Amino acid sequence: MKQHRKESDNNKGKLVVVEGIDGSGKSTQIRLLEKWFRSKNIPVFLTEWNSSETVKQITSKGKRKGRLTPITFSLLHATDFADRYERNILPLLQSGYVVLADRYIYTAFARDIVRGCNPKWVRKVYEFAVKPDIVFYFRVPVDIAVERILSGRPKLKYYEAGMDLNLSNDPYESYRIFQSRIIEQYDKLATIENFTIVDGTMEIEESQRFLRSLATTLFPTSIPNRKRRSTAV
Amino acid sequence: MSNLRSKNLRKANFYGHAIPYLEKIELKGKFIVIEGPDASGRSTQIELLSSKLEADGHAVMNAGLRRSELIAEGILEAKRSFVLGKRTISLFYAADFADQLENKIIPALRAGYVVLSDRYIYTLLARDAVRGISRAWSHNLYGFALKPDILFYLDVDPNELIHRVFEKNSSLDYYESGADLGLSENMLESFLMYQKLIAKEFRRMQRRFGIIPINGNRAIMEISVDLQKRIDEYLLIR
Repeated sequence: MKQHRKESDNNKGKLVVVEGIDGSGKSTQIRLLEKWFRSKNIPVFLTEWNSSETVKQITSKGKRKGRLTPITFSLLHATDFADRYERNILPLLQSGYVVLADRYIYTAFARDIVRGCNPKWVRKVYEFAVKPDIVFYFRVPVDIAVERILSGRPKLKYYEAGMDLNLSNDPYESYRIFQSRIIEQYDKLATIENFTIVDGTMEIEESQRFLRSLATTLFPTSIPNRKRRSTAV
Repeated sequence: MSNLRSKNLRKANFYGHAIPYLEKIELKGKFIVIEGPDASGRSTQIELLSSKLEADGHAVMNAGLRRSELIAEGILEAKRSFVLGKRTISLFYAADFADQLENKIIPALRAGYVVLSDRYIYTLLARDAVRGISRAWSHNLYGFALKPDILFYLDVDPNELIHRVFEKNSSLDYYESGADLGLSENMLESFLMYQKLIAKEFRRMQRRFGIIPINGNRAIMEISVDLQKRIDEYLLIR
């Protein structure tokens, strides 16, 4: 406890998070944000949910075998997060990076709670994670998001569709219900956690302008337009 | 005996409230845990106990840490490459444990087995605490763990432990020696310091979890008779 306080107080960098259901447009936006920071020569690092090399293989093995329960599902994602957190997110924040996270602990809160884990338990598991400087929540009507996802993908995966929840025998119907429940959880979190809401139906350029305008406010001095080498000590 | 067991349906008892969907289940079997450091004689004692219980007509199932098909290999691999942080390892173990609890231990207890577990969450709690992870955090983490019916700790003097370890492996295990903690450059010294820290954590947890300490410095059969007597009494009373 003492230790984690200290750790988070040391951060010189900024943590920017995007959250929202699949098809809400968040990944496109955070990648554009990454490009923008790069073009300004600001050290930036992008981290994605469920992407730790060590843990990902096991999680996908469990998913293939269909033997993940809500608790193991939750704990494997927590392990994946902890690995990225201990090795990348925290040290990079401490060394002054802008860390961009495509999904953060709120994804776990929303999904695990929908799957039936105790909300207090889930929150406490992720207690070690620092609070982001800003969370962009991409809110979009479930039909639009589902349509975006399904148009590019002929088949839904078992856990992706939330089939383990026995919501419906039809994967598409199950997916819809599952996503609506996640939206409910996100909407609750949006108030408690003070998310910045982004209308996920806006044009890509328009959303990006909005994200950049808010991201700029995270820096005490305005972000320079062109590469400029500082000579001040 | 089997008759006696099947009548004994009781509600499952968990440490916390992490798995609402499991909280209503009923169990028939008995859940026995033996804790203790590496080379403390746990597996020998569990073998002896299993034979005894089976001879008495109980169906016995063995469980332990790092045994889930799903995750165990991953932990070993990751440990070998020394890449994982302490919190990651802690959560990895918790996932492995959860997999076994839900897919193995609970189904066996529902079916009326006596489940003998070679170590349980207490070893994991002690390891985390020694590595500076907050106890409140790990206790919450293992809130989904089922409470055992009876829980022993084989207490062996670290100096005696050293002899047994060398007889078994002729070398000291990196993690069992707490080498990742950087306690000492000397591996033997590190082992002794680490085992003392772990033993201290166990003493700390003793009352909270109802851990029964067993003097593990005695001869194998002497310990076995002691354990059998306590378990027999326990199985008769309940």
